[in-house]
This record gives sequence, C-alpha cells and structure tokens, in this order.
Amino acid sequence: MILHQLIDYETLRLIWWVLLGVLLIGFAVTDGFDLGVGALLPFVARTDIERRVAINTVGPVWEGNQVWLILGGGAIFAAWPPLYAVSFSGFYLAMFAVLAALIVRAVGFKYRSTREDARWRATWDWVLFAGGFVPALIFGVAVGNVLQGVPFRLDADLRIFYEGSFFGLLNPFALVCGLLSVAMLVMHGAAWLSFKAEGVVAERARAFGGVAALATILLFALGGLALWLFVSGYSITSPVAPDGPSNPLLKDVARGGVAWFANYAAHPWLLAVPALGFVGAAAAFLGLRARVEGPTLAASALTILGVIATVGVAMFPFILPSSVDPRSSLTVWDSSSSHLTLFIMLVVTVIFLPLVLAYTAWVYHVLWGKVDEAALRDEAGHFY
Amino acid sequence: MEFDIVSLSRLQFATVALYHFLFVPLTLGLSLIVAIMETVYVMTDRPVWRQMTKFWGTLFGINFVLGVATGLTMEFQFGMNWSYYSHYVGDVFGAPLAIEGLMAFFLEATFVGLFFFGWDRLSKVGHLATAWAVALGSNLSALWILIANGWMQNPVGAAFNPMTMRMEVTDFYQVLFNPVAQAKFVHTVSAGYVTASIFVLGVSAWYLLRNRHTALARRSMAVAASFGLLSSLSVVVLGDESGYLANEHQKMKLAAIEGMWETEAAPAPFTAIGFPDQAARTTHHVLQIPGALGLIATRSLDTTLPGIKQLVDEAKGRIASGVLAYDALQAIRTARSVTAVAPAVRAAFEANGRNLGYAYLLRRYVADPRTASPAQIDAAAWDLVPAVAPLFWSFRVMVGLGFFFILLLGTFFVLSTRQRLDRHRWLLWVAVLAIPLPWIAAELGWLVAEIGRQPWAIEGVLPTALAVSSLGVAQVALTLAGFVLFYSVLFVVEMGLMLRAIRKGPQPEHGLPAPAPGGVAHPVAAE
Repeated sequence: MILHQLIDYETLRLIWWVLLGVLLIGFAVTDGFDLGVGALLPFVARTDIERRVAINTVGPVWEGNQVWLILGGGAIFAAWPPLYAVSFSGFYLAMFAVLAALIVRAVGFKYRSTREDARWRATWDWVLFAGGFVPALIFGVAVGNVLQGVPFRLDADLRIFYEGSFFGLLNPFALVCGLLSVAMLVMHGAAWLSFKAEGVVAERARAFGGVAALATILLFALGGLALWLFVSGYSITSPVAPDGPSNPLLKDVARGGVAWFANYAAHPWLLAVPALGFVGAAAAFLGLRARVEGPTLAASALTILGVIATVGVAMFPFILPSSVDPRSSLTVWDSSSSHLTLFIMLVVTVIFLPLVLAYTAWVYHVLWGKVDEAALRDEAGHFY
Repeated sequence: MEFDIVSLSRLQFATVALYHFLFVPLTLGLSLIVAIMETVYVMTDRPVWRQMTKFWGTLFGINFVLGVATGLTMEFQFGMNWSYYSHYVGDVFGAPLAIEGLMAFFLEATFVGLFFFGWDRLSKVGHLATAWAVALGSNLSALWILIANGWMQNPVGAAFNPMTMRMEVTDFYQVLFNPVAQAKFVHTVSAGYVTASIFVLGVSAWYLLRNRHTALARRSMAVAASFGLLSSLSVVVLGDESGYLANEHQKMKLAAIEGMWETEAAPAPFTAIGFPDQAARTTHHVLQIPGALGLIATRSLDTTLPGIKQLVDEAKGRIASGVLAYDALQAIRTARSVTAVAPAVRAAFEANGRNLGYAYLLRRYVADPRTASPAQIDAAAWDLVPAVAPLFWSFRVMVGLGFFFILLLGTFFVLSTRQRLDRHRWLLWVAVLAIPLPWIAAELGWLVAEIGRQPWAIEGVLPTALAVSSLGVAQVALTLAGFVLFYSVLFVVEMGLMLRAIRKGPQPEHGLPAPAPGGVAHPVAAE
C-alpha cells in the first residue's frame, strides 16, 4: 500500500493528537453529564419518583455515551500503543477502581428499576452516585499526575517498568485536578438536568450547578497557579524528528521550570483556550441562574472543551512525561502507531465518526423533550 | 501452577474473558431473534408478535447490560495487565478494537436505548430499524473482535520493525481477510445464535409445560427451532473449516487437540476417546476412527499430519534461527539504524527475523538467548506443547454438544412444522434442561482456542510469558479477587432478575386477550 504516503507521518501524528483530544472531550461532554447526574442523584432528588426523573433523563443515552470511553481506549491502543500500555498498567489500581465504578453504574441503571423494594432502590442510588463521582475524580487525578510526570522507565526492549504506587497518585496537585474534574462534570450534569428534567429536580440541579460552576472557575485558576509555582514542566533537548520511528529512547528530555507555559508564551493567541474554560463556566453560572437551558448546556460543554484542551496545549508535544527517566517520556513524535496504521485509522474515522455523530444526533432528536413525573407514572414499563 | 505474575495475569484474563463470554453469545443471538420477531410483527400486525418482541427484548436487556459492563474490562485489560503485548502488537491489534468501537459498538449501544425507550416515540418501521441496528451492531462487534483474535492465532500482514521494537502492519487487507478470523467469526456468531435459540426454546418449553403463555411460547419455539437448526449446522461446518485452517496455521494446536504425539501415516485416524499423558508424551487407551482426521484436517487422503514430537523437533531449528535474528537485532539496536549496520547483519535479520519470537522462548531459561545451551533449547522447544489433556477433552465435549444441539433443534423443528410441540412432555423437559449446555460449549470453545495457542500470546511472534505488565503479584491478586467478587455478585443478581422476568412472563399487550387462568392454548392456525 502506497496510498498512505498521501499524508506525511508528521501530519498524521498531529491529526491523531487532535483526535485523541476529540475523543477525550467527546467522552467528557457526553458521558460527562451522565457521571454528573450520577454524582448529583442523592442530592437533587429525594423521593423515588424524583430519582426516577433524574435517572430517566440519561436513561436512554448513557449506554451510547459510554462508548466514547470504550472508543477512547481502543483508539489510544490503535494510534498511541505506548500511551495505552504505560498509562493503563501504571495507573493499575486507579483503572481498576474506574472499571469497578463503571461496571456497577451500568448495572445500577438497569437493575434499580426492576424491583419496587425501597431498600433495593436506595442501595442502587448510592451505587449510581459512586459510579458517577469516582470516575470523575479519578480521571482528574490521573490528568494531575500526567502533568507532573509519571514514574516509569523503558528498558532497551521498550518494556515498561512503573515505580510509583497507588497512594502516590493522591498528591495535592492531583487532588486539585480531581476536584476540578468533579466540579466541572457536576456543573455539566446540573446543566443537563436543568435542560431535561421538570420541577423540583431541575430546581435543585440549578442550585447545585451554580455552586459547581463557581468551584470550576476557582479550581481551574488554582490549578493553573499551582502548575506555575510548583510543577516542573518537560522539554525536548535533542533535535526533533517529527517523522522518526516511534521509539521514545531516541531523544533527550530536560525536566524543570515552567516549560508547561512555553507554548502559551510562544503563541499568546493560544490563551484563548484556557479563557474558554473560564468564560464557559461563568456563562454556565449565569445561565443556570437565569434559567436559560440550551445555551447553558452549550456553555458547560465549552468549559469542558476549554479545560481539557488547556492541558493538551500546555504539554504539547508531550503526551505522558516520565518523572524518573525523562528520556522515556512519550511524545507526539515518538509514541504513535506506524504511518500506515495511522492512515488506515484516519480513513476509518473520517467515514464512521460523522455517521456516529449523525445517528447520535437523531437519537437525541427522537428523545427530545422533558422527563416529568406524570410521564413516568403513565408509561410504566418504558422507563427505568 | 505456581502463582507468579504470568500465571496470575493469565488467570485474570481467562476469568474476565470467560465471564464476558457468558453474556456475549446470548446478546449476539437474542438481538437477532428479537429483530426477526419484530419484523414479523411489522409485517403481519399481530399483537402477539409485539408481545414476543417486548418479552424477549426484556430478557435481552438484562443480559446486554452485563455484556457491556464486562466488555469494558476487556477493552482496558490489555493495557493494564499485558503492557508489553500492547506495545509489541498495538500497531496491528489495536486497530480492529478501535474500529469495533467506532463502527459497531456505537451503533449497538446508541440504538439499544431507543429500542427500550422509543416504543411510543417511533413509528413501527422506525422502531424495527432500531432493533436491526442493535442486532447489526452486536454482530459487527463480534466480527472486529474476532479479526483481532484471529490475528493472534495467525499473525498475517505484519512485520517486526527493529527500530520501534514491535510488530507493524504491512498489509491491512491480509489482517482483515485473515481466513482464520473469518472462520472464527462465523463459527462464533453461529454459536451465539444456537445459544439464544436454545435459551428461547427452553424457556418456551417451560411455559408449555406449565400451560402458560402458550401462544407466545409456540411461536417463539418455532422461530428458535428453525433459526437454531440453521445456526447449529453452520457452527459445525465452520468448526470443520477452523480445523482445516488450524492444520495450515497452528499445527501444534491441532496435534494437541488430537493428543497425537507421533506423526501418523496419511490419512490420519481421529481419536474419539483416549487419555493424554503429558509427562509420558503419549495418549493411553485410544479408540480411533480410521482416516477421519486426515480428511477433516487436510481434505485429502495422502497428506501426512505431523505429530507433536515431530513439531517439537522442527521448532528447534526455528529457535536456532530466532537466536540469529536476536543477535542481528542487538547490532541494529546499538547502531540505532537498520541501514548503518553491515550488510551481513541486515541480511541475517531479514532471513531470520520471522523466527525472532522463538528466541524469546529461551528468556524463561536465560537472559540472553545467544548463551542458551542445547538442553535449554530442547526445553524451550518442548514448552511449545500446550496442555494436551484439557484441550483433548474440551474439544470432544464441545463437539459432542454441537451434534446434540443439531439433534435437539432438528427434533423441535419437525415438531413445530407438524404443530405438535407439546406432544411429548419429556422432550419439553429435555429442552428446559438443555438451556445451560450452549454456554458450556461456548466456554469450552474459548478454552480450546486460547489454551491451544499457548505458549504464545501471538502465535510464533510473542510468548505469553513476555507479554505481561511488570506489576506486583499483590496488585494482580487484588484485582483478580475484586473481579471475581464483583462479577459473582452481579452474576447472582442477573440470574435472579432473569428468573423473575421469566416467572413473571410477558406483559399483557393491547389487542391481546388477557391470559386466562389455566391458559387456553390458541390454535396456531387461528392467528
């Protein structure tokens, strides 16, 4: 096959770096409100029928939304195999906790409604809470650790040796990132409930969402400040070969200073990205107060876009720096799949991603409208 | 088995995969059966078919959610526990997994919500389309997963790149149209259809025995028996194709399944019964069918089938060749370039590179394969023999069950065409008791395929022992215990919900008479 030479290796790597971001943001924007609704469930809804309202706002769509995560896993495997290998084995127990939370969440949605028993349902409500809160927290903590560098090294065979521990992940900076992630997804879940639910559930969601939006702004600012003051960045010190072989050990890396701000210093217009995070959250806060629904949800989604992209831009071209052996750090230029695989995966993505977006939009269109208590009482059987 | 990191990781993978595979076959088959039922409903407008769609759809939903939940683990398991594997073959193996998500799983998961929640929001045809989208998504999902698995059994279309220390795609077309993957796909989805058919058949038989929901039960049995009969025939035909391909690509797997230690004169006999003895390297008390294996595996009367001992001897040559490749690789790595090394080194790598994986088999005995003694090479060659007895027996039980399913489904097919489904009560009991059997066959099929591939993670390319993450034993033991605990609880809850839903039976449907106490059977012809 020579067709793949149509797009050079460097460009393909850049495209796949952007697509990595698209997948993470796609997950955080779609499944993010499911996680947020889960984390809000015990607080915005007190009675069984209220909880059913909240659950049924995400009932028909959470399964499809979660595929963003599965696709994210698969796409990282296919396009960035070393990233897949290092991060999932390094964050081993944290990944296990995420899996456990998502597994019980999936089951909770389905099984809660199968019995009327109050204790049965109360148990699953807490399961749904944990299923939303725990992944939101851990994803943020993981990003916080990635920014600081992860303690792994590669040997000459490119075997991976991880030298950290689970509790080492829970450092102050990472916890700030974890709380930011929770606040952001709770805000998003609240915006969704305000958009999709009727009555008291939507009311309470707006109140919680306002607090979460303010917390998002504060924690995002605090995280940025801590990154500037306390976190060493990484930079490549050897000549960069953007079309070189995917072998991280062929370069040299220095750790130290405010290297994570270098891209913003070199291209000040990139500051629009973090600005989007702040402006989006402020707009979501105002929207929740003013009871504007659609635009608030959009503002909250833009916040997520801004915050995640801020991290990506700050670290570029690094994807996963190594704190114990900076040379082993994974970057855009040395951690991708082969030229041919990136090309094939791009072709597949160009064909199927628009299709996925189209039918997802159609499904949301069919399910358009509010979930209210009256409908749940009438139509027993077609709802959770 | 000693509980080192390799065996624990293998145990964990087997646990989560076998568990996931409890739900997958039913999802594959039931999604299609439900779509067929809804098609009949849309074409005939008879409410009983709508009731059937909803009832079996409910059971589908209970099962589906656990398939999704346990599938999540599968997607991340490679990176978590098999990080060197992920690095070594991600360039090839990751692509089908990602395409599965994009092309198949999105379709399935997005429309499954609409299937359950959209009854009042969609037209009849619109809702039918969601049912088919779910069925199509599930089955396409299986296609991509088996393309990935097929590549582990027969790694075509890829080559080792010494600069990146991994396998990279050279010809994606070969990966896609890998004959092993295609045969496995049809064999596996057909097995899923049989599983769902026998599930529907058994549950319906129970209703007939109880004289409940008989109108629904009869029609469901008719669908299950005809669909299941076709599928069970397809399972056996494609299983046979797999045997033929195994001889082409995985001779050792075939010889081990047969407990065939010595090379047999063509056409080789098929050992129906025997007691393989790994230590003594022989199979005791064999009962053989002359010529049968030669016919199945080679489709000829005069092609010789190599036995285990011959294959081990041949492997010693490949290990020696692999060591040459390993030596050349070290030189290339030191030079940091393929072109900077002496032409002789490059030629040595090109000639022996495909056997590099065989040198890695020596890693169990020596750090540097170049220093291996002849005794160590001999031991590594014998490591190529998978556990013969489990393979031998798993295979025979699976095949025996396969033929039983044809018989069972064939019997009910005949009974249903003659409208005599409840003529023989004992046959209905057989159908009820047969419900767990397809699961046993499916799990054994997985064991045959994957134990038979050992000691390789990727046949001939990467030994399983090298593929693991460098995790602590305690970490893996902890997550293994966690998965077993979680999954067992969920399994019990799932079984409870399934049984409740079956006991409760279908919901009354608008346009259908409420079920009379004692249940009056509706004559089939009247509807």
